[in-house]
Amino acid sequence: MHTVLFLIFAAIATGCGALVVTRRQPVSSALALVGVMVSLAALYLMLGGPFIAAVQIIVYAGAIVVLFIFVIMLLNAGRERRTEGSLMAPLLGIPLLISLVGALSYVVWRAFPETQMVRLGGNVVGTPAQVGRSLFTTYLLPFEITSVLILIAIVGAVVLAYKELD
Amino acid sequence: MAESVPLSWYLVLSAILFGLGCAGFLFRRNIITVFMSIELMLNAVNLSFIAFSYYLDQTDGNVFAFFVMVVAAAEAAVGLAIILTVFKNRATLEVDEVASMKN
Repeated sequence: MHTVLFLIFAAIATGCGALVVTRRQPVSSALALVGVMVSLAALYLMLGGPFIAAVQIIVYAGAIVVLFIFVIMLLNAGRERRTEGSLMAPLLGIPLLISLVGALSYVVWRAFPETQMVRLGGNVVGTPAQVGRSLFTTYLLPFEITSVLILIAIVGAVVLAYKELD
Repeated sequence: MAESVPLSWYLVLSAILFGLGCAGFLFRRNIITVFMSIELMLNAVNLSFIAFSYYLDQTDGNVFAFFVMVVAAAEAAVGLAIILTVFKNRATLEVDEVASMKN
């Protein structure tokens, strides 16, 4: 059951990830990104993280991708143009990409052999209560600094976009 | 056997998604798609965090993934504002044409 679910969501994530990278229309990329986010949220649930799965849907699919689509619509971003320099990409880039992924996978495979298994509902480590307790005890200072970061980001975004108005 | 999946499968999936995001970042010319590729890479790293959190039976990985999401949200807000400003000043979304600091 777990294997089937993992394979389904991993296939959706990989397929949608490939679509994000290959579609020439930015709106299609954004919609494929939603597919990646949702399937990753399902994988987080399977890894015992219900809180982070919900946050993934709410923040990524609900806020960040909507922001992307806003900007795409606002700027009327259309199809990407092809340029002459792009011949190098498939010739050199794709083999290099495959070797990068292969090297990463090899290292991971060696470090964590087949005996390290993930069971459905095995270690539930990410319930809201657990995450909240960790966030407000061990990681209280980073959490508070995060609020300053968000404030800076808001002010920065307003300052940058303000010129747009006049 | 069917009830469990090796931990390394999750990590390999994370590596594949990271590779895809990396490729998109390097190959794409539309600045918005480049930005989406960055989000894809951040998500891939989050998957690793959650997988290790499960493996070590500790909540810390979930908290780190939460922080990554917060930073990604802040980055998206500022980055999209920068994209708006670039579009206003240059009237283009092609990263190749925003090259006044090149050479």
